[in-house]
Amino acid sequence: MDRAAETALARQLLSGTTGAFDRFVQHFRSKIFNYSWLMCGQREDAEEVAQETLLRVFERFAELRDPERVRPWVFRIAKNACLTKRRRSLFAPSANEEISLDSLMPARNGEGGAMKLEIADWSHVPEDQAMRSQMQREMRRAIGELPEIYRAVILLRDVEELTTGETAQILDVTEDVVKTRLHRARLAVRKDLDARLRGVLVEAK
Amino acid sequence: MSASGQCREVFALLSQYLDVELPPDACGAIEEHIKDCPPCIEFTESLKKTIALCRQYSPGEIPPELNEQSRAELERAYRRMLASR
Ligand SMILES: [Zn+2]
Repeated sequence: MDRAAETALARQLLSGTTGAFDRFVQHFRSKIFNYSWLMCGQREDAEEVAQETLLRVFERFAELRDPERVRPWVFRIAKNACLTKRRRSLFAPSANEEISLDSLMPARNGEGGAMKLEIADWSHVPEDQAMRSQMQREMRRAIGELPEIYRAVILLRDVEELTTGETAQILDVTEDVVKTRLHRARLAVRKDLDARLRGVLVEAK
Repeated sequence: MSASGQCREVFALLSQYLDVELPPDACGAIEEHIKDCPPCIEFTESLKKTIALCRQYSPGEIPPELNEQSRAELERAYRRMLASR
């Protein structure tokens, strides 16, 4: 369901259209469940976060001024539900270690015009055809292994395709912080996939 | 600036460049550098594909079925919200 369809659904929900409630629950419950699972790390927590988020969403739905903003609005509530869940959990949130840009730069061989990067051959990686399940699993693992602050940004910006401004509002950070974290998150996923493509680490894991 | 210094600058701004979030002059400078720099071309392609994979990635885990009690809890909140408008 794209953003326009979500907007239409939000309007139907507000006007009490038959069936809108169930369609809304089905669509957003799955989205929140997946986001929360990757953010909290536990399937059981994700299920509870999805329920708590939807409950808040319905309680406060009349406060949604602009139905076009329904996706970022729901995700902001989900993010807060996730935080509350983690504070109550036995496991303290993982340290939000920063990733340095230098650690993500590929190594280089040679000088001047003959200089080569030590990276995989990406030309055969499918870009626009349906991702094979193998690649889906690799993506899930690569994103799941990112430090939390980067994971949140890449999930909202690239997976949910929210704007920089929307993501900044959800996470209570500036747009510049979103841009910096997004870049490092993508570079880290790139580096991870690159190692997989070259067959490095495959035996180690 | 040395060639690799420029490469480093491109490397630092690549996401903003690909997301068209840079001012036109910075964007032009990066374009100018990349077109003559094979390592930057190669790296940019790999990052572009990474971004495409992220956009295509749909976390397809299916949540456990919503039980009757949880659904009723949500529907009550929905009905209350509608009634109070
Ligand atoms: Zn270069």
